[in-house]
Amino acid sequence: MSSPPVAPAGWSRWLVPPAALSVHLSIGQAYAWSVFKPPLEAALHLDGTQSALPFQLAIVMLGLSAAFGGTLVERNGPRWAMTVALVCFCAGFLLSALGAGTRQYWLIVLGYGFVGGIGLGIGYISPVSTLIKWFPDRPGMATGIAIMGFGGGALIASPWSAQMLASFGGDNDGIALAFLVHGLSYAVFMTLGVLLVRVPRTGDGGGTASGPSGPSDLEGVQVSARGAVRTPQFWCLWIVLCMNVTAGIGILEKAAPMITDFFADSSAPVSASAAAGFVALLSAANMAGRIGWSSTSDLIGRKNIYRLYLGVGALMYLLIALFGDASKPLFVLCALVILSFYGGGFATVPAYLKDLFGTYQVGAIHGRLLTAWSTAGVLGPLIVNWIADRQKEAGKHGSSLYGLSFGIMIGLLVVGFVANELVRPVHARHHVPAPREAADAQRQQPA
Amino acid sequence: MPSDSSPPNRRGLITLAWLWVAAPLAYGVYELVHKATQLFTG
Repeated sequence: MSSPPVAPAGWSRWLVPPAALSVHLSIGQAYAWSVFKPPLEAALHLDGTQSALPFQLAIVMLGLSAAFGGTLVERNGPRWAMTVALVCFCAGFLLSALGAGTRQYWLIVLGYGFVGGIGLGIGYISPVSTLIKWFPDRPGMATGIAIMGFGGGALIASPWSAQMLASFGGDNDGIALAFLVHGLSYAVFMTLGVLLVRVPRTGDGGGTASGPSGPSDLEGVQVSARGAVRTPQFWCLWIVLCMNVTAGIGILEKAAPMITDFFADSSAPVSASAAAGFVALLSAANMAGRIGWSSTSDLIGRKNIYRLYLGVGALMYLLIALFGDASKPLFVLCALVILSFYGGGFATVPAYLKDLFGTYQVGAIHGRLLTAWSTAGVLGPLIVNWIADRQKEAGKHGSSLYGLSFGIMIGLLVVGFVANELVRPVHARHHVPAPREAADAQRQQPA
Repeated sequence: MPSDSSPPNRRGLITLAWLWVAAPLAYGVYELVHKATQLFTG
């Protein structure tokens, strides 16, 4: 087991966000997996379901490793976690390169999906607790920067991977070479995070902890990860996150066909390239929401910002359902707002957890909460796709394919809104006493 | 409250670290803007 890297005197807290970003910008590549699908299908004779398998397994492993590895991350510190993330994520690419080169598809599933997926989960939660400790005055902004990186990772990887495949060729050797270059490049890029990340010393960053194993704020509430999952607050937040993500995925997953269907019968139908532009714009809103709304939560409070995400989000869905097919700008604007709330919901939740449970094991609690993401990842697409298919079978077309889905999304957002209203401060019986180091630090302070 | 100002000997490292992550992100955002304009022109 490693000891957490404590910052030397004079270490700037502004070195920690780029350390976090180097990891999140890398692992965010997962959302650009679709670039590899067509060449893999052609080179290894796969169908669409098979070529999606590495991505699906990676997302499942993300949720599982974040949920079960969170306590280890808290115990061993961010450098250990970032090293594990680097090794797993990049080893996943190297195994995939071997798989593509030898035409063994199971190696790609094992490498990118299983091994790489562990890297995604551990990497996602690796900087969260540390950032909150360095920025106790602006936790929403700090975690927003890092989690924005996860959204930004796909923006970088998507054109980069496509250009690489165009240069190396779409056959199995070209794909293998592309995987190899990805693995090596990300290893170099993520090394910055491993080298730079530090936990605050006593008195730095507003915290008082000497490492990640002790509460940094003795004045505030501190709840262990095991204790947190026994509180109603944790499950209220679980519902809040699940509902907010489901609502966002509902649009994100079918964005291109949705805008095309909505204006199919209008005087200005949406072309395929314009629909691709719409998808790109949604990605920008998702990323901007992560840093923008999360930073705003430092000013207006976490409960209020989730009221905005869930309440105004429901209103946006209602506007699309009622008037979306009459006005393209209105449709686009509402979708952008919903996607910005989707990103904001992801980025604000660590700070919300810190407010409720303290910094003691906030990374581990965050890891457990991410199971809400995995659930929403299944729920959102299922609702929109299943209903659209049934409506199509019933002879409907255009915007009427989505009316029922939007009604369900509004209902889910209202459920999330109510769950957010039920969040109260955690009862004192769940609080943990300060560990010995923290108590010692308190004793050393002058009376 | 912590001070936002960093010692002078860390400024180079801070700049380098932020450039390290900002450069690829700027490339991604450029490609995104290029694609997003298709919504209005395509």
